[in-house]
Amino acid sequence: MLEIQGLTKRFGGLTAVRDVTTTFEKNRINAIIGPNGAGKTTFFNLVSGYHKPTSGRIIFGGQDVTGLRPDQVAKLGVARTFQSTTLFDKATVLDNLIVGHRLRTTSTFWDVVFNTSRLKEDEHRCRAKAEEVLDFVGLSSVAHHLAADISQEERKRVAFALALATDPKIVLLDEPAGGVNPEETLGLAELIRKMIRKGLTVCLIEHKMDMIMSLADKIVVLDHGEMIAEGTPAQIRSDQRVIEAYLGADYAAA
Amino acid sequence: MTSKTLQKPLLAVLLVLAIVFPMVAANDYYIYVMSLAYIMAIAAVGLNLILGYTGQLNLAHAGFMAIGAYTVGILTVDYGVPYWIAFVVAGVISAIVGFFAGLLSLRLKGHFFSIFTLCVGFMIYLVIEKWDALTHGTVGIIDIPAPTGLGPIRFDNTWSQYYLVLFFLVVSLWLMSRIVHSLLGRAFIAIRNGEDLAETLGINLMRTKVLAFVLSTFYAGMAGALYAGFVRFIGPAMALESHTFDMIAFILVGGIGTLFGPLLGAILLTWLTQSLQFLQDFRMIVFGPLLILLVMFFPQGLIGYWRERQARRAAASMQDRRLQRSVIGQQQEVGTNA
Repeated sequence: MLEIQGLTKRFGGLTAVRDVTTTFEKNRINAIIGPNGAGKTTFFNLVSGYHKPTSGRIIFGGQDVTGLRPDQVAKLGVARTFQSTTLFDKATVLDNLIVGHRLRTTSTFWDVVFNTSRLKEDEHRCRAKAEEVLDFVGLSSVAHHLAADISQEERKRVAFALALATDPKIVLLDEPAGGVNPEETLGLAELIRKMIRKGLTVCLIEHKMDMIMSLADKIVVLDHGEMIAEGTPAQIRSDQRVIEAYLGADYAAA
Repeated sequence: MTSKTLQKPLLAVLLVLAIVFPMVAANDYYIYVMSLAYIMAIAAVGLNLILGYTGQLNLAHAGFMAIGAYTVGILTVDYGVPYWIAFVVAGVISAIVGFFAGLLSLRLKGHFFSIFTLCVGFMIYLVIEKWDALTHGTVGIIDIPAPTGLGPIRFDNTWSQYYLVLFFLVVSLWLMSRIVHSLLGRAFIAIRNGEDLAETLGINLMRTKVLAFVLSTFYAGMAGALYAGFVRFIGPAMALESHTFDMIAFILVGGIGTLFGPLLGAILLTWLTQSLQFLQDFRMIVFGPLLILLVMFFPQGLIGYWRERQARRAAASMQDRRLQRSVIGQQQEVGTNA
């Protein structure tokens, strides 16, 4: 589904991502782990088009997407969430989500001026989509709350919903469980499984090892921009380099 | 929900008040001042689209208003073009210049964009001031004809011009209302909230921002064209950034990113300025602290504050209803258990 070939990104003298080659298979949960500054978010930024790679190629669904803009990548079906989501706090949760489906609509400025049936249909579709994804992430009950008034965990779910509203094929989640309590983390993990059941592919960055180990089908470990290991949770747990660089001896023993 | 049911009658009342205003105004001067406030409001409504809804502080807005005004001035005075043709051309030219200026300046983000547009505005001022042959330079353009009559309606006195300006104000607000409440408006707001997130949602940043910029300069051009036909004298100073700052003040007072904020701000500040005329330049001593208090206590502007309260009340009433329903449900359960 997503193939990365020799991906490298240099910022001046710093090499944030160095010659990473890996593949993410369809309908699987893939995790990227590694210490802070390992290049995980940069990796996401490269895949989603925010940074242009210094070298290497990104193949998505058989198509070379290297160097495309974020909005072009999004249209092809790559959605992502950020570590923190900036919502419009003075509007309702539902209102915040309607724009998420805009990329699948075709109405232009002139449709707006003449209030055409195409525009009305597009707006209807976007609203229906927003309600659908809100229901999917289990937030229908706060649809009419102001975005300012919802909890941190609900914010995370809204971020998921926004990504889902774009009708993606793969969803990149940047620390989906950052800043939420253990119980809520379990709920979010269940939501990620639900996305897989729906046929999506997930790629996530996360520091919560318990969550990753129980959730991921495949783990990629980055350290100083380099991929030092990839494999199943069991393989990663017993990998000597990963234990040294990231997990620590305690975790391996447990 | 309550805010929506409340809105239509309120708008109707406001429109009636605006129509009745000249009949109750003490003298023609008041009508004149109000018309000017409306013209500035049209320009501010345009600025609010790029600043309030799209989050890009364009400091060249007065420059684009001047381009509209000068297009009308030059075409009618020097080339004898009828006012209404010049009027349409003014909007188009402002939008075309806006397109190229936007394409260039929107490559920059945040403060860099603002500083760049500050320079664009000053360049427009310089071109107007120095290009004597085209713009009459520092002398300005005088004796611009009033808008020519349309059929039986004439626009040769303050009353009829007031209604003409009011007509365009209503059209401006109506069109802006369509834009900001549509999917397109949601795309603008998404960019304001966070450019990265907006891009992730598949919004083409450059194209969307340029569209907002062009629309806002079109509004500026139309306001300038009306201004030229109304005041009938224009000078290069109208392109200066101080006029952009006036419009920003209107937007901040009335409510940034609200449909009627710029109008409310334009009317309030215009009349406040008028009533403080006797203080001359010292009126800034009153103005400054007032603005500071407003930004401290109503950072969203007056309409922004009102809307936030409305939104909160609406959200609370939805929650209440849900709560009541669940309480009733529990009571019924208790009843069946007993």
